[in-house]
Amino acid sequence: MMSNKLKQTPSQTVGPFFSYALTPEQSGYNLKSIASPDMRADDTPGEHINLSGKIYDGNGEIVSDAMIEIWQTDADGNYLDRDTPPMDGTFTGFGRCDCEIKKEFYFNTVKPGPIEEGHAPHINMIVFMRGMLTHAYTRIYFSDESDANEKDAVFKSVPTERRHTIIANRVEEDNIVTYQFDLHMQGDNETVFFDV
Amino acid sequence: MSDHKIDTHKIDTHKIDTHKIDKRDWDAHPPYVYPDYKSTTFRGPTKPLVPIAHTLSELTIPAFGHEQIQEFDNDLTINGRVDGEPQGERIQVSGRVLDEYGRPQIGTLVEIWQANAAGRYIHKTDQHDAPIDPNFFGGGRCVTDENGRYTFLSIKPGAYPWGNHHNAWRPNHIHFSLFGMSFASRLVTQMYFPGDPLLALDPIFNATADKIARESLVSKFSQKYSIPNIALGYEFDIVLRGPAATPMEA
Ligand SMILES: [Fe+2]
Repeated sequence: MMSNKLKQTPSQTVGPFFSYALTPEQSGYNLKSIASPDMRADDTPGEHINLSGKIYDGNGEIVSDAMIEIWQTDADGNYLDRDTPPMDGTFTGFGRCDCEIKKEFYFNTVKPGPIEEGHAPHINMIVFMRGMLTHAYTRIYFSDESDANEKDAVFKSVPTERRHTIIANRVEEDNIVTYQFDLHMQGDNETVFFDV
Repeated sequence: MSDHKIDTHKIDTHKIDTHKIDKRDWDAHPPYVYPDYKSTTFRGPTKPLVPIAHTLSELTIPAFGHEQIQEFDNDLTINGRVDGEPQGERIQVSGRVLDEYGRPQIGTLVEIWQANAAGRYIHKTDQHDAPIDPNFFGGGRCVTDENGRYTFLSIKPGAYPWGNHHNAWRPNHIHFSLFGMSFASRLVTQMYFPGDPLLALDPIFNATADKIARESLVSKFSQKYSIPNIALGYEFDIVLRGPAATPMEA
């Protein structure tokens, strides 16, 4: 059976020069973006949150030639996927951010709802950068959802001493909610990446 | 070069479970740390990946591109014109996006970006001392048709130097970004050209140990997709992770 399968096309690095094609509007190029860091409209239902963080390499240096993609449910816990496209077109649940200009990633979105009972709310993330031949998957859980996190099968599958690397810290300031989530590619605090 | 022609009749579709997706094939994909590509040694994760049982989070993805894509987005010989035609050898690049069972991935977004004929990107921080072509942007996208096929018209990209090691040059390549049918099937890759002597020296290309997988990154010259008097054709099929097959009874 296996011999009939095709070999998956290998991943190759995104390289340093992707932004004019993949995040053109955000990066100041003349092409319409298919996705952006500004994921919500003023009237998108749910709690409006910002998500931001820096990426650190194994030497503790900030990585800026990187692209972050996130994929999440809406505030009701629904994925607005191919089969369930958004009704109003404002919020798709998919965001893309180039880290070059701000030296960090940032998203304006809404806090996702849980997919179903027993799942903690989370945001799915893909990390691409020069110097990575294959992208890496992680999940962002929320610091104010510790009860739900403790019941979440994926969260619980992470070794206890590494769970802090996939929890975003909630900060409230001037009525703006920001979740802070730094990525560490290597080292003692290396972010948990999943074999998705 | 590997042959990606599929005998679809050999595949027992009854055994395919569309609620699961096959694992990433780590024989086909390069490792996170590959010392010949120096930056991987301090950027690639080093701890073991944590296994995950797929949920809706991994099995869903939006359908992109249908509203966003504009006329000429798949014609890089036109979409960057300011006052004339771009310089270089015109090419037509076409291929099918398939899953591992050879089934076409229909209506999925394909994004590409590349250097101009002189090996220079339009990107603001590209420092390579080669001319910018004022009539070439180098980025494009399209959505696959009912056969899973994409097609781009472009200019053959030039090789360019990079700082990885002494006298390092990247082989001619086009960057590709694909989504497929789920978050888990996401792929960013590069397409190369047949007969390029730089391939044997390129650590990015050679980071894939499996020969069949590695050589599938090299496009094939194609008479069929050549356009008389206009452009040389290259074919490049792409295989994404697809729905899993359930194990057969012994
Ligand atoms: Fe490149």
